[in-house]
Amino acid sequence: MLVDYFQTMREYKIPCSIREYLDLISAIKHRLAFADLDDFYYLSRLCLVKDERHFDKFDKAFAHYFKGIDTLDSILTSAKGIPEDWMKSEFERMFSKEEMEAIEAQGGFDELMKKFRERLEEQEKRHRGGNKMIGTGGTSPFGNDGYNPEGMRVDQGRSRHKKAIKVWEKRNYRNLDDDVVLGIRNIKVALRRLRKFVRQGAEEVLDLDDTIHSTANNAGFLDIKLVPERHNAVKVLLFFDIGGTMDPFVKTCEELFSAARSEFKHMETFYFHNCLYESVWKDNIRRNHQRTMTWDLLRKYTKDYKVIFIGDAMMAPYEVTHVGGSVEHWNDESGATWLKRVQETFDKVVWLNPVPDDQWGWSGSLKAIHEIMEDNMFPLTVNGLEDAMRQLTR
Amino acid sequence: MKFSGTEEYVATSELQMAVNAAITLQRPLLIKGEPGTGKTMLAEQLAEALGTPLIQWHIKSTTKAHQGLYEYDAVSRLRDSQLGNADVNDISNYIKKGKLWEAFTGDKPPVLLIDEIDKADIEFPNDLLLELDKMEFFVYETQERIVAKHRPIIIITSNNEKELPDAFLRRCFFHYIDFPDKQTMQKIVDVHYPDIKKDLLAEAMDVFFDLRKVPGLKKKPSTSELVDWLKLLLADDVDPETLRSKENSIPPLYGAMVKNEQDVELLQKLAFMTRRKG
Repeated sequence: MLVDYFQTMREYKIPCSIREYLDLISAIKHRLAFADLDDFYYLSRLCLVKDERHFDKFDKAFAHYFKGIDTLDSILTSAKGIPEDWMKSEFERMFSKEEMEAIEAQGGFDELMKKFRERLEEQEKRHRGGNKMIGTGGTSPFGNDGYNPEGMRVDQGRSRHKKAIKVWEKRNYRNLDDDVVLGIRNIKVALRRLRKFVRQGAEEVLDLDDTIHSTANNAGFLDIKLVPERHNAVKVLLFFDIGGTMDPFVKTCEELFSAARSEFKHMETFYFHNCLYESVWKDNIRRNHQRTMTWDLLRKYTKDYKVIFIGDAMMAPYEVTHVGGSVEHWNDESGATWLKRVQETFDKVVWLNPVPDDQWGWSGSLKAIHEIMEDNMFPLTVNGLEDAMRQLTR
Repeated sequence: MKFSGTEEYVATSELQMAVNAAITLQRPLLIKGEPGTGKTMLAEQLAEALGTPLIQWHIKSTTKAHQGLYEYDAVSRLRDSQLGNADVNDISNYIKKGKLWEAFTGDKPPVLLIDEIDKADIEFPNDLLLELDKMEFFVYETQERIVAKHRPIIIITSNNEKELPDAFLRRCFFHYIDFPDKQTMQKIVDVHYPDIKKDLLAEAMDVFFDLRKVPGLKKKPSTSELVDWLKLLLADDVDPETLRSKENSIPPLYGAMVKNEQDVELLQKLAFMTRRKG
């Protein structure tokens, strides 16, 4: 049951696994939601979605599933073909004593069944009118899943339906989605993946040598010496593409930059224009005076430094591939040579690109650099950042 | 066992659903939401409503997962052995029970609050996977297996400072406490100040929701700030008239709601500009 529902959620890229699906089934088995679309909405969200940034996707998927459900007709038709006594016994089992009395008061069970059938007819007619709002989990309305028996409660549930539909159609959580937005907090979260060791936590590790030494000095009485735990050992080199085509992305890059600054103790930042050549600079205002030779960087920093390039890689193709291709100066060696050199020197190199990845094919230089980076190019979204960080820590 | 809020705590229907599902299916419930929406309160009130003890485990950046299980104090054992203390022979004298152990061995299933789990290291939630799943763990020093007598009801709160690992999330139910709408807010205030003057309250709520709409505030006032502010208004006996004239000044006793210097400055500037316009 609810397999289609689960599939819809997956299609909308909500990361839910079999485990969450089984949770939902088991919750329904325990009658946590019963014949109420509102409750079902909250219950399934509770079970399937584990982060508020997926709420919006969930709302969309939910609306999609319950609007476009095609199986409703066949369910309703099949409901008509169910033997009466079977239905009667099912309902008797399902209703409490009080409810049965209420049914009797309304003219007995037969009357209710008649009304029920009328309602079904009515609903079918309405379908043809294009209103498919009232849907169920896409399973038999008289099974034991605890949700569908609403066949009997259709008119009770309608007002709730309306309210419930509003809940997901309002799409309250739109701004929590993470595919587009790149705020400072999100970047921080992704960058933290780079941290291998805790930064805080002073005095936690036993310094064995010092302990032995001072215990001996102490005439054999134990004297424990502790040293601060290892500090964040992640070392990073950042290269920013600055000026020209990158200008629209400068703000995003500054966010990333300010977020990164607080994360690492060993972090060096350098700027380049369009492509990496034989020199870079540390201060953008004085770029023409104080340049650092790229060769020096390659020698100075050890290979366990993680290198992150941030740039759009949009330029004329020959700026990457040809000697003398740079727009600013004569370069004796091509940009591609320098990029490869960086890759050979450092273990982990990634390129973050603010251009959305579905547009990467449009630019020749971007494709070229993508190839040089051996697919270690990631879009500058939270998801892309996370992938990049995972690549760096692998 | 069903939870439907308490006298002091207004739980929306979706929150009740979340809590009841977590109780029934015995899953930890992860709660997120804006600060001040009552995440920690939930655990306290839940324990009170169910009449079970509450065990609180507040997480700091230095907290390690195993501290929740137990800690073996090897240093004091070593010291004792030098002093010839008889306790030394029994290793269990040096094992300190953690909060999880406490929760596992209680007579009643307690409510275990793991507060602000995002404060800890990234690996922290991963280290608790098995314990939360099977509700058991192994004490290596005494070769003893600790199995929960009753599965505790676990409430975990997070302020979203770090992302939690997928494997951990998969084992939890997740609920995001929305900022309450006006109706719910009214209920919350009624619960805290049943005798508050009707018109004062209505005016105060308008001011409050207006204030939340002011663009550019560093920290928007939340429920707990509203409650504080009302307390001050009541104590000060501010009459609704003063509040109504909000168009040309900033609300009285604003310090309870706006806690940031820049925000106060912003408000004053806005108030000044409205006055000039008027």
